Amino acid sequence: MTGKRSTFLLSALVFGFAFLYVPILLVIIYSFNEGKLVTVWTGFSFKWYVSLFSNDGMIDAAWNSLRIGVMSATLALAVGTPAGLVMSRFGRFKGRTLFSGMVAAPLVMPEVITGLSLLLLFVTLEQLIGWPAGRGVTTIVIAHTTFCAAYVAVVVQSRLAGMDTSVEEAAMDLGAKPAKIFFVITLPMILPALLAGWLLSFTLSLDDLVIASFVAGPGSTTLPMKVFSSVRLGVSPEINALATLIILAVSVMIVISSLLILRSERARTRSMNQSTIDN
Amino acid sequence: MSSDKPTLKQRYDRLMLKHGRVIVIGLPYLWLMLFFLIPFLIVLKISFATAEYAQPPYSALFTWIDEGVNITINFGNYLFLLSDSLYISAYLNSIRIAAISTVITLLIGYPMAYGIARAQGSLRSVLLMMVILPFWTSFLIRVYAWIGILDREGLINALLLNLGIISEPLIMRQTEFAVYIGIVYTYLPFMILPLYSTLEKMDVSLIEAALDLGCKPWQAFMKVTLPLSMPGILAGSLLVFIPSVGEFVIPELLGGPNTLMIGRTLWNEFFANRDWPIASSVAIAMLLFLVVPIMWFQHIQTKQEENGQ
Repeated sequence: MTGKRSTFLLSALVFGFAFLYVPILLVIIYSFNEGKLVTVWTGFSFKWYVSLFSNDGMIDAAWNSLRIGVMSATLALAVGTPAGLVMSRFGRFKGRTLFSGMVAAPLVMPEVITGLSLLLLFVTLEQLIGWPAGRGVTTIVIAHTTFCAAYVAVVVQSRLAGMDTSVEEAAMDLGAKPAKIFFVITLPMILPALLAGWLLSFTLSLDDLVIASFVAGPGSTTLPMKVFSSVRLGVSPEINALATLIILAVSVMIVISSLLILRSERARTRSMNQSTIDN
Repeated sequence: MSSDKPTLKQRYDRLMLKHGRVIVIGLPYLWLMLFFLIPFLIVLKISFATAEYAQPPYSALFTWIDEGVNITINFGNYLFLLSDSLYISAYLNSIRIAAISTVITLLIGYPMAYGIARAQGSLRSVLLMMVILPFWTSFLIRVYAWIGILDREGLINALLLNLGIISEPLIMRQTEFAVYIGIVYTYLPFMILPLYSTLEKMDVSLIEAALDLGCKPWQAFMKVTLPLSMPGILAGSLLVFIPSVGEFVIPELLGGPNTLMIGRTLWNEFFANRDWPIASSVAIAMLLFLVVPIMWFQHIQTKQEENGQ
């Protein structure tokens, strides 16, 4: 009986991972295809990589996306961290229901609605006070910060919820001021959550097509917008090359970060073992 | 005692203690108010306007005349949404497509999550990483990968034509079938992860007890494993259903011109027809009939979990 069950589970895993990875692998393989057609393999070539790097529009868009991603992720940390702190440590205060609603809502809001509503805000603000003058990188950064901050808040909140409060309480009893407690105790303890939140925000910002399309202006085309307009018509070998580079970058980053996590966990177990032996 | 009067430093500290809290709450509060809440009020306002050839392309609701403010409210947009069957069928279609995709994702994801949860230590973390990895690569590119596979000149058709199994290329892209594949492919990791975390925590001895007491394996699964993994099923299904119901990119790139989904309808009203008031009223309708019920459901869900614990 167990044999039958494990055969079923094994085939489910094999099928599932094939489903997840075969399309990606095909994109990678065909990025080295010399011909323009996806279906016919005509020979190995780097020519689509060369043409990708000589495509100025694509390079500009990638540069825009990276700048927007770094700025949005950093701002999202500045807005989202206090939000997460408030949600998990501040107890009741006037307007808490509205606050938690506003933190949770961006996570379930369809992107088209977020995009449209922010665009209408920017248009109205421009009419009323003349800022922001036109739309561009600034408006995209504001839009991305808003929805990424909600993700950061959730990550920080769940990290704080699983954290022992006794150290903070001890510091408070010893007379440390809240700001000092935050910077000396809380912040170092939630640092992994902040890093995760930053990376998540950066990825979400880099990946967003819909919201950016609503609030972008001339000259602020992002990479997803550029990719979208060229794949709308079908397969393009340059996009295969771009996809391969993105997958490569992400895989390297994931492998490095998981090695780092593994190493720090090993170090922690070792020091814990050490301390039990010492005692 | 001469310390009745606080020193300047003490006063300053007290001030910081009192206002520090306000600043920490205030910064995210103001940001979300300005860039999340107020925009909806503007959308609501513009949904009552009339489309005009102007910059911006809608009529003003408030006009200043001698005696005061003149308010022109136009309910026409909402009446139009009700009278044109396009919008209601797009709304129902989105729910149907998202629901069917969620069920397919569950059927594929559940055995995978179960398999990962029962795998050995180091293999398990490798498999988990392999589930998460696609999430970090570009969403757009993962959808794009399927264009090359499902297209009329795509890989499946080329393969089947070469093998002589078919003589005419199959139409797979630009169908609802392609949209299901796109959604399942994109959101499968979102289903597996919560399922994995409930299945991993589950006590295996409960199943063994059920088997010892004479349950057949499938009975033990139906009576023990499935009910115990319900929180994971629910969480995973919501994580798949919520983003797919308002999806724009997948139906646009993989679906046909007839694959109506509400997110795509809004996009087209805005970008193709440049009808901002209609787009706004579609957004308000989505908010009321889609987002509010979802948030309400989640709210009840968390309350039940808190009571259960």
